[in-house]
Amino acid sequence: MSDQDTGHHVDPPGYGARPPLKDDGDKVKSSVLGIVAAVTLPFVLLAVFYGAFLILRDSDINRLLIVALALLIGVAGVFALYWVMNYSIDHLPERLRVRVRPWAFVGPALVFLSLYLVYPAINTVIISFKDSTSDGFVGFDNYVFVFTDEAMLRSIRNTLGWIIVVPAVSVGIGLAFAVLVDKLRRGEAVAKSLIFLPMAISFVAASIVWRFVYSFRPEGFGEQIGLLNSIWMGLGNDPVAWLLLEPWNNLLLMVIMIWLQTGFAMVILSAAIKGVPADIIEASRIDGANEFQVFRRITIPSILSTIVVVMTTAIITVMKVFDIVWVMTNGEFGTEVIAERMIRWFFRFGNNGRGAAIAVVLFVAIIPVMVFNVKRFKAEEAIR
Amino acid sequence: MTTVDTPTAVGKKMHHWYSNPWSKIVIVIMAIMWTIPTFGLIVSSFRTKEAVNTSGWWTAFALPMDWAQWTLENYETVLFSNGFGNAFLNSLAVTIPATVIPIAVAAFAAYAFAWMDFPGRNWLFVVVVGLLVVPLQMALIPLLRMYTSLSLNGTFLAVWLAHTGFGLPLAIYLLRNYIGTLPRSTIESAQIDGASHFDIFRRLVVPLSVPALASFAIFQFLWVWNDFLVALVFLGGTPDVRVLTLALVDLNGNRGEAWHLLTAGALITMILPLTVFFALQRYFVRGLTAGSVKG
Repeated sequence: MSDQDTGHHVDPPGYGARPPLKDDGDKVKSSVLGIVAAVTLPFVLLAVFYGAFLILRDSDINRLLIVALALLIGVAGVFALYWVMNYSIDHLPERLRVRVRPWAFVGPALVFLSLYLVYPAINTVIISFKDSTSDGFVGFDNYVFVFTDEAMLRSIRNTLGWIIVVPAVSVGIGLAFAVLVDKLRRGEAVAKSLIFLPMAISFVAASIVWRFVYSFRPEGFGEQIGLLNSIWMGLGNDPVAWLLLEPWNNLLLMVIMIWLQTGFAMVILSAAIKGVPADIIEASRIDGANEFQVFRRITIPSILSTIVVVMTTAIITVMKVFDIVWVMTNGEFGTEVIAERMIRWFFRFGNNGRGAAIAVVLFVAIIPVMVFNVKRFKAEEAIR
Repeated sequence: MTTVDTPTAVGKKMHHWYSNPWSKIVIVIMAIMWTIPTFGLIVSSFRTKEAVNTSGWWTAFALPMDWAQWTLENYETVLFSNGFGNAFLNSLAVTIPATVIPIAVAAFAAYAFAWMDFPGRNWLFVVVVGLLVVPLQMALIPLLRMYTSLSLNGTFLAVWLAHTGFGLPLAIYLLRNYIGTLPRSTIESAQIDGASHFDIFRRLVVPLSVPALASFAIFQFLWVWNDFLVALVFLGGTPDVRVLTLALVDLNGNRGEAWHLLTAGALITMILPLTVFFALQRYFVRGLTAGSVKG
């Protein structure tokens, strides 16, 4: 190891790795070669990436080979990218190295973020002021549409309903279950897994699961095979076409989301409950508090910040949901939601302007959550 | 029995009072309510078309030994006639690279955010935190246009890159929070020994961060496998690239009342995520709590 490196030298690249040199001639030769390599390697790598891009995009070779190639590029290629950048930086003048190196580490991620989130988001705002094919500007026409079209207004009303009902119910049930299961001597893990399990299922598959539960057959089309109708008839009622039943069908769709989300809330809250110091709880019990008082005065205040986090996460998930509505009712029968309308207008009806305006409205609605998250993050960093 | 209640005795008594049968009953009822929809789906997927269409799945248990009602034919039909077999392979082809690439890119960035000094580091990370909640819908239209001009639409590459972009904020956020908690002394002593950032990252940080890398990998795997929106917009429904979620939605649209097929199809889409979930639940939960609760 080199003795030129002192403790305060933060970025000592290359020194440790460079082999000892014999004489000046060798030194010059190797450093020239190194500089040539440092300049050419990035271009070679770029060429390789471009070639891989063309192959992956255009070739009809076997899917397995394509995946193997993608993995090779994704792992070896990405690693080579960083290695080459690092190598080239090692040959920069020393003062530059320290300044440039961090950008080699964050650079690719920043490029992805800019290309896939920041730039498109800005562009979507611009598109929202243009017509359906994004050729000419139409001012606020698309926004006027968003706030006057009947289906759009219904979708805004319904999304509000989702935001109010789903997070509250799933966090409520999740909290209750977390508290109850915490006291269990045996079977806690099994009980939690069962509630948590729907988290692994796609919204699409979950929708099929519940379409089956809500299934209805008109008279003369056979037995009712849906669980809900069978229970309903067992109570002495006539079968109901649940998904056509406005406005209650919205609630039935929300049930699916609650079913999917409760496990998430429960697991997070359960972890928080286990983090409440046992001696505080013990002390309040000795002071004569009953279990409900302990829950209300100790547990709830201790996990309040976690409850807020779980709530905001649930709100964001709910605002973006579209698959459930898409699969269950296709957005008909008064079940439209904002995210579903966006895909409908942009993808099904091919109207970029309206789709973009709906997306912007959705985004603006999420901004308060975003600000809240950033504030929370900054407060946490201050404690770190 | 002692007459004086010691603190622990009080605790135990309370504990005993609390684990009364009622709370157990509530737990059991909830667990059943949460499980029964999936259970009905599984049972139905193994019943014959005839049986599924003429009676509720719960009636199967009246005569469970009546073998005539059970069959594997639904799976055979769905896998080979409805293209679910092919779609399963497509889902794998989409999911594996779309899980690996963002991890590699995010890990380097997370290391820089945690252990390197550069101007704008803090506000750039705040931007990442903000991007966590940007809805996908905000990005779809310009991306589709960009992909059209690059003729990338309908290729696996398009979806891998899109999932990389969309998955990065969470990946960077989770990994940076984890990598930032590694002991400062370890990193600094490696620096004093002359190790470059690249070496420290490769030899020290990656091996130490395996739990965080694993938990994000599971997240991203489940998210990509279960995704419908990105696949619908950028990959489309042509049979040679169609993924499982799209195959299931197609089946739902064309054969909306063919419950014997829909149930089997839905279960095929669920098998892999459920296996991953049960095998690696511990990492998954750890990732969830790390992402939402400050440890």
